[in-house]
Amino acid sequence: MSPFGGFLMPIQYAGILDEHRAVRTAAGMFDLSHMGQFIAEGEGVAGWLDGLTVNAVASMKPYQARYNIFTNERGGALDDAIIYRFPTRWLIVVNAANSDKMWRWLSSRLPPGVRLHNRTPESALIAIQGPRSVELLQPVTNVDLSALKYYFATEGSVCGIPAEIARTGYTGEDGFELFVKASEAERLWNALAREGARVGLRPAGLGARDVLRLEAGMPLYGHELEEDITPLQAGLDPFVKLDKPEFVGKQALAAQKAAGDYDRIVGLVMEGKAPARAGYSVWQAGTKIGEVRSGSPAPALGGKNIATALVRSGAAATGTAVEVEVRGRREPATVVPLPFYKRRRS
Amino acid sequence: MNLPTDRLYTKEHEWVKLDATTATVGITDYAQSSLGDIVYVELPKPGTAVTQFKQMGVVESVKAVSDIYSPVSGQVSEVNLEVENDPAKVNNDPYGAGWLVKVKVSGSDALAGLLKAPDYQAIVAAAQ
Repeated sequence: MSPFGGFLMPIQYAGILDEHRAVRTAAGMFDLSHMGQFIAEGEGVAGWLDGLTVNAVASMKPYQARYNIFTNERGGALDDAIIYRFPTRWLIVVNAANSDKMWRWLSSRLPPGVRLHNRTPESALIAIQGPRSVELLQPVTNVDLSALKYYFATEGSVCGIPAEIARTGYTGEDGFELFVKASEAERLWNALAREGARVGLRPAGLGARDVLRLEAGMPLYGHELEEDITPLQAGLDPFVKLDKPEFVGKQALAAQKAAGDYDRIVGLVMEGKAPARAGYSVWQAGTKIGEVRSGSPAPALGGKNIATALVRSGAAATGTAVEVEVRGRREPATVVPLPFYKRRRS
Repeated sequence: MNLPTDRLYTKEHEWVKLDATTATVGITDYAQSSLGDIVYVELPKPGTAVTQFKQMGVVESVKAVSDIYSPVSGQVSEVNLEVENDPAKVNNDPYGAGWLVKVKVSGSDALAGLLKAPDYQAIVAAAQ
């Protein structure tokens, strides 16, 4: 167990590689109750959130979920989040480490008629992720999971416990994020652990979570996104809707896009056996061109060492040969497109 | 935790076993267990001089880079190539097939400053 964002969290249970394999081949179960959960209600929530984020909120359908980024005036990321539109309320799930910051940011900008409630202490979040997620959950939920589309949510029950059920996740696999009352969390966890024997479910910790999301090319705040890294720099262009009327940071992002020469996040694969790690410098022809932001061996790629790096735009093309400095040695690597891993869709 | 009494230990979780003037060095069962799955090992080449308690290489788990410190002073005489090819050996057999380097020790009191098994055990217990 390790301190993480104000909570004591398991980095691993049986081991990172074991848990990673479970998620990629069967199913893994994550306790994500540390993440911040805010409920917004009232008239004008959509317009209010549209003014604070880069992605489109008002066009979200009932029960739809969207990945979004809250930005500052420079277009830098305050946090990335998933916003869920339920018929009579909105759910915003933020990173645990940014929970206090985002609570202050949002509650100091509430328009009249909008109420914001921090339900984090009352609400647990348990995620089931992996190709056997449906097989695990369908027999124990009253929801027809085949009708629940990717990035949509619904309300029902799991193992007899009332839950919001979202087909969202942070692993690149099919899966579900289950929101239940905090008082029911332990009961749900234990019930799913028992059911899970059917499909080879394993509990999975933050260590596996980080390898899975990196393989899937998903940003981790503090690494690929932070207050000085914009969503454009992070390669999240599809989520940045510059045609929205107005939002914090829009001008800065529009200018950045027009200029086009900004440093950006790229994927790297190391040629050798030494992993790249956050903070290692990236070189090209004797010049430092950037910095590794995340790095790990990738079990889904046969143990190849993968990384993300923030590099100058001229070195960002797929196939560019670079070097990563590992303990004073420059080790060869190649720029590759993200994601590193994509699940097979049947 | 497994703790053989036929060798000495350091507070940084290395073990050393001296045979005449050749010291075999590795990391302890506690170390490999704390690290988790070991994916990469970087060791000094044969001929490299090492100094007691100074950094001599790294062991990397999936998540982190961990320095290894030489328990003795001398010259590296052999590196365990099997471990370089299959780092999991360090997890599976830290006191046997997972040995890291052999060092030809110098000085008359090569093992000064090292911990006997019960003293190392006490350090580990205090850390839990």
